[in-house]
Amino acid sequence: MVDRKLENFDCGHRACGGCGASAAVRMILKGAGENTIVVSPTGCLEVFSTPYPETAWKTPWIHSLFENASALASGIEASLKKQGRLGKEKILVIGGDGATVDIGTLCISGAFERGHDFTYICYDNEAYMNTGIQRSGATPYDADTTTSPAGACSTGNNRPKKDLPQILVAHGSPYVATATMAYPMDLMKKVEKAMNTPGPCYIQVHAPCCTGWGFDSAKTMEIGRMAVECGLWVNYEIENGELVSQKKVKRVPVDAYLQAQKRFRHLFRPERNEAEIAKIQAIADKNAKKYGIDIE
Amino acid sequence: MTMQIMEGSIAVAETVRLCRPQVISAYPITPQTHIVEGLASIVADGRLDAEYICVESEFSALSACIGASAAGSRVYSATTSQGLALMAEVVFNSAGMRLPIVMGIANRAISAPLSIWNDQQDSIMMRDSGWLQFYAEDNQEALDLHILAYKICEDHNILLPAFVCFDGFILSHVYESVDIPDQEAVDAFLGEFNPYQKLDCNDPISFGMYATPEYYLEFRYEHDQAVKRAAEAFKKYGKEFGEKFGRDYSELVTQYQMEDAETVLIAMGSICGTIKDAIDEMRDAGKKVGLLGIRCFRPFPSEDLRALLGNAKRVAVLDKNVSLGAKGAVALEVKDACYGMDLPIYDYILGLGGRDVRKSDIKNIVALAEEGKGDMFYGLREEVL
Repeated sequence: MVDRKLENFDCGHRACGGCGASAAVRMILKGAGENTIVVSPTGCLEVFSTPYPETAWKTPWIHSLFENASALASGIEASLKKQGRLGKEKILVIGGDGATVDIGTLCISGAFERGHDFTYICYDNEAYMNTGIQRSGATPYDADTTTSPAGACSTGNNRPKKDLPQILVAHGSPYVATATMAYPMDLMKKVEKAMNTPGPCYIQVHAPCCTGWGFDSAKTMEIGRMAVECGLWVNYEIENGELVSQKKVKRVPVDAYLQAQKRFRHLFRPERNEAEIAKIQAIADKNAKKYGIDIE
Repeated sequence: MTMQIMEGSIAVAETVRLCRPQVISAYPITPQTHIVEGLASIVADGRLDAEYICVESEFSALSACIGASAAGSRVYSATTSQGLALMAEVVFNSAGMRLPIVMGIANRAISAPLSIWNDQQDSIMMRDSGWLQFYAEDNQEALDLHILAYKICEDHNILLPAFVCFDGFILSHVYESVDIPDQEAVDAFLGEFNPYQKLDCNDPISFGMYATPEYYLEFRYEHDQAVKRAAEAFKKYGKEFGEKFGRDYSELVTQYQMEDAETVLIAMGSICGTIKDAIDEMRDAGKKVGLLGIRCFRPFPSEDLRALLGNAKRVAVLDKNVSLGAKGAVALEVKDACYGMDLPIYDYILGLGGRDVRKSDIKNIVALAEEGKGDMFYGLREEVL
């Protein structure tokens, strides 16, 4: 059972108001439970939670570099095993999408192939937010970022999101899931399940970033729900390679989700870019078909 | 003491076993491979109760060591050359995190052009990382320095990682007679790993927080102070090592025929053995030549060198590395140490990428120094001149 009163991520950290990642982390730590050692790669979370000599972490926490959190987790796991502490204490990596789907992929692949007992959670805010909204491999198609700017010859990011969850399914991970901070109970339950599943488990958590995506900081949860309702984000669980659950929705067109965020506004002004919006709708349709999320 | 003839890498692996690391994390690379193969066999045969992580890169090898060390285990890794270059970010980070990691370096040249053969450019490239750096003259020193390194690094007044450097192939693959100490003696010398702090759910702390401009300078100062304190720790524990194991390591700089030496050679690593033989022959011919061997490059023994060079007339530094566009790293340090002394110091870059250095080369270098010729690459093929 998730202990909803557990608060291992303290108040007073320096995240932006309305930060989806910080809300996600608070829920993640409730789901993870007591006796969790957290590893964070460099990124927003690391920076807003640990400016020396202050820390927001009430559970053991370590940061080393941007790309090596999984390798650190491997070493921690080996050490706990040797000391007879593994099981009594659990290991959780929480990193952003840049650290996870881009620069840290080698370390993640190695750690998952070796089968270390730890859980890796990516809070996916779909760009390098700590350095000022640069494109990552998790940035969605057509999003305007500072390194994939929309312009006279560009409609923004020209590639779809890298599908890291499926890459880790291919590694033989016993539990791969997606979640969003907009559905807290679902997120906490998935974290609890991952932490109690032996072997390397992965959860990618949609974490809207009001600063980077361009929406009112009061609407983080709403944006998160809209992503699920249009099918651009799918919540699912894959156990030992088999899809075992998916969040079914009565899907709405992607327009409202896109229009609510400044990163997609170039698709609507000066006039509606029907061709590009159709391509994004096709991504949502493909997701819906692949994971069977449509309520008939 | 039982002397055994064995390959340098195997002697190192057997010694690491005696140090009882609880986690070993390594990635194979020539000429380090026999060490990690040796350790893998030792663990597979149940001769060492350790977790052995076969990582996917050197970057992860040292990163896993950070995690394991921070979680409270004694750790070991080994690498060389390109592997060390790939680790670069982790090398600096692990030192800043003040984790007592010991890593063997089978010294090898750096690409390009690709070379698997020996020089010391790899560890020298990391001279500013805040790791301690010890250099072995022979295989006995290579294994002794591993034991000593753990003792120094784990001292709560030091808390730093260390490279134990030994020349690739020249030492790592050569069979020599060595004394592998008794397990009981090593246990008594090192004791169990006693981390200063660790990741522990009963006592949560945060490791690796970032520092704002208000604090960063002080972190660097304290790190620098710890590296400097390691000089005294080396001498203290090196003396203790000598009392326990019969081989004294109380000096950061080794001396050979220094009493009346007019020309002093300064070098690091296995080349010191060749130099000693050359000195014997030069002494027979009436030349007053001596050797100072740098056993501890970080911290650099500036004061020791200054004192030892008081009667020298000239110094020839033999560098198996080069800071391109400047000089060899050892020469630069020696010149800094001897600043203000009326003493000519000549640098000779030699032996790079495995080029053989013979006794005749040492004699030629002494002759060049006597003529006042130096600060040069020695032994170049004529077509580049």
